[in-house]
Amino acid sequence: MTVLPDLAGHFGKYGGRFVPEALIKALDELEAAYRSAKQDDAFQSEFQDLLLNYAGTPSLLYPAKRLSAKLGAEIWLKREDLNHTGAHKVRNVLGQALLAKRMGKPRVIAETGAGQHGVASATAAALLDLECVVYMGETDTERQALNVARMRMLGATVVPVTNGSRTLKDALNEALRDWVSTVDTTHYLLGTAAGPHPFPEIVRDFVGGIGVEARQQSLDQIGRLPDAVAACVGGGSNAIGIFHAFVPDEGVRLYGFEAGGDGVQTGRHAASITGGSVGVLHGNRTYLLQDEDGQTIESHSISAGLDYPGVGPEHAWLHDTGRAAYEPVTDSEAMAAFQLLCRTEGIIPAIESSHALAGVAKIAPRLREELGRTPVIVVNLSGRGDKDVHTAGAYFGILDPVETVVPGENT
Amino acid sequence: MSIAETFAKAKSDNRAVLVGCMPAGFPTVDHSIEQMIAMHEAGCDVIEVELPYSDPVMDGPVIQKASDIALANGVRTRDTLKIIEAVASAGATVVLMTYWNPIEKYGVDAFARDLAAAGATGLITPDLIPDEAGEWIAASDKHRIDRTFLVAPSSTDERIAMTLENCRGFVYATALMGVTGARKSVSSQAPELVARIRAADPEMPVGVGLGVGNGDQAAEVAAFADGVIVGSALIRCVLEAPDRAAGLTRLRSLSSELAEGVRRR
Repeated sequence: MTVLPDLAGHFGKYGGRFVPEALIKALDELEAAYRSAKQDDAFQSEFQDLLLNYAGTPSLLYPAKRLSAKLGAEIWLKREDLNHTGAHKVRNVLGQALLAKRMGKPRVIAETGAGQHGVASATAAALLDLECVVYMGETDTERQALNVARMRMLGATVVPVTNGSRTLKDALNEALRDWVSTVDTTHYLLGTAAGPHPFPEIVRDFVGGIGVEARQQSLDQIGRLPDAVAACVGGGSNAIGIFHAFVPDEGVRLYGFEAGGDGVQTGRHAASITGGSVGVLHGNRTYLLQDEDGQTIESHSISAGLDYPGVGPEHAWLHDTGRAAYEPVTDSEAMAAFQLLCRTEGIIPAIESSHALAGVAKIAPRLREELGRTPVIVVNLSGRGDKDVHTAGAYFGILDPVETVVPGENT
Repeated sequence: MSIAETFAKAKSDNRAVLVGCMPAGFPTVDHSIEQMIAMHEAGCDVIEVELPYSDPVMDGPVIQKASDIALANGVRTRDTLKIIEAVASAGATVVLMTYWNPIEKYGVDAFARDLAAAGATGLITPDLIPDEAGEWIAASDKHRIDRTFLVAPSSTDERIAMTLENCRGFVYATALMGVTGARKSVSSQAPELVARIRAADPEMPVGVGLGVGNGDQAAEVAAFADGVIVGSALIRCVLEAPDRAAGLTRLRSLSSELAEGVRRR
C-alpha cells in the first residue's frame, strides 16, 4: 500500500501547504524535528511514558451490553472519555508539546472552539513548563466560560478573538497570524488532523494509538476484528486516530459521522464532506463549507467541537477512495443518542461522540441485513460529556428555573 | 503599462514604484472604484486590488476590517473583476492580490482569462507558494498574467531562488515576520532580505510590503527596493474618516505624500 501523505504532504489531491511563505521554514523545521523524533527511542519512550502514566491510556475497550441490546448490534466503546482531560485530544497535545521542547521552543499557541483542545494544550504546557496562549472566538468564550476558567487555572493566557464570525475558524486564523510573527520561539500546537503539512500527519500519528489499541483489544477481547469502526468527524482527529490502524483491514468498514446540525438540506450544518465541496482552507486542500465565490460559510452544530467548516485532508481522501463512508447526523439524532447512552450505560458522552453513537444506530440495521447476523461495531467514544452539561441540560429542559446553572439556559 | 514597464520607467527616473492597495468593494463597489482612481491620480503607480476573503490569514486588523465590510455589503468575485476593469480603463496599472480559494472556486484557467480581459497585469498570491502552483503557472502563462509570489525573512536561499524562478513582473518581499499593517518603524530585516533577493536574481524588481505608513518610511524603503507597497495606512484613511469626502481627501493626501517619498532617493 502507498504510504500517505507523500513527501509534499498530499493525500491524493488533498492536503499540501497553502500558507504564506513566511511559515514554510517553520513547517520544514517541524517536519524535520518530527522525522527525527519518530526514529528516536528516547522521544518515543518519553511519549509512551506520558500516555501510560499521565494520560491514563491505553483506554478501555468496553462491551456496551445494554446499548447493544437497544441498537441490535454488538457495540464496543473505545473509552477515550476516560483519558486525563476527558478526551482523545490529550494524546496529540502531549506529543506536540514534547516536540516543542525538542525544537527548543518555549512557547506554544493553540486555537480552540469549545475549549477542549485549549484545556488539553494548557495542561500539556503546564506539565512541560511551556508558555501557552490560546486563541478562542469571542462567541465561544461566552458560551464556554467554564473552559476559559480551566485554561486560566492551568496558567494559560486566553485571547478572545473578535474578528470574522468570532468562532473556531477565526481563532485558527488568529493563531496563524500570531505564528507568522513569533515563529522563532513558538510552536503552533494545532488541535486537529488538518492544516498545512506536516500537521495532518503528525496529529494522525500522535492520536493513532487509539486505533492501534482498539485493533489489538478487538483481537484479544472479541477474538476477531470488528465489522465496522465508527467515529464522529469535525476536523477529524479522533476519527483518523481510530481509523488509521484499520485502513489496511479491508473487511473492516469505516464510518465517519459529520455534524448535520439542523439537517444538511437546511444549510445550517457542519458536514464538510457530505454537505460541502472541495477547496482550500487553513493551509490545506480538502472539503469545506463555502459559497459559490469560495468564501467560507459559517458552520452550525450543537456540538462546539464539531462546529468547523473544514475537515482533515486524509478524510477527504478516504471519502473519495471509498475506503471510509461519511454520513451526517443531525443535532436531534445526536442528542437522542446522548440520552440513550446516559440511560443504558451510565456514561455521559460528549455531544461530539454522541454523533458517532447516533450514526451507529442508523447503520446497525443495514449492517445486520447485509451480514445476515449481529454486526460487531467499535465506536470511538472520543470524549466525556461533563463539559456539555449546560447544553444538554438546556436541550432537554431538565433543570427547574431555580436550578439554573447559567442564567437563561433553560429559555 | 505592464508591471515590467512600470518598474523600468521608475528605474530610469531613479525612483521606486508606489503600489497602493485597496480591497475591492470596500465600503461599496462604486466607492472602492472612486478611491482607487483617486489613489492613481494622486501618485500610486500601481493599484493593488485586494479581493476580500472570509479568512485572510496574512492580513492585520485594518485590512480584515475593510474586507469584512466589503463582504457584508455583498461584494462578489465578479464585482472585483468589474472594479479592475474600471480602474484599468482609467489608466492605472492594476494587479490583483487574492487568497487562493476564490480562484480555485472560480476555475483557475477561467479566472486567469477573465482577469486578463478585465485589464489586470498581474496577480499576487499570499497563500499560494510555487510548490502548489502548477495549475496557476500554466493558466497565467497561457493568459499572460504576471505572477508575484512572496518571499519572507525566514525564506532559505534555496527557496528564494526557486520562488524567483517562478515570479514574473516583480517579487513581493514581506519586510518582517508578521501580518499586514503600518508599524512605527520600517523593519531592519527588509534591506537584508532585498540584498539576498538581488544576489539570487539581480534583474527581478523587488516590491517591499508590510509596515509602511508615511512618506518618510516610503523614502526609507525606496532607498533599497524597487517598489514600495502600502495597504493598511491607505485603507485607514477611508476607515477612520468622519465622512466620504474627508476619506477621499485623506487618501489623496497620503498617496501624494507616499509618491513624494518614493522619489526621495
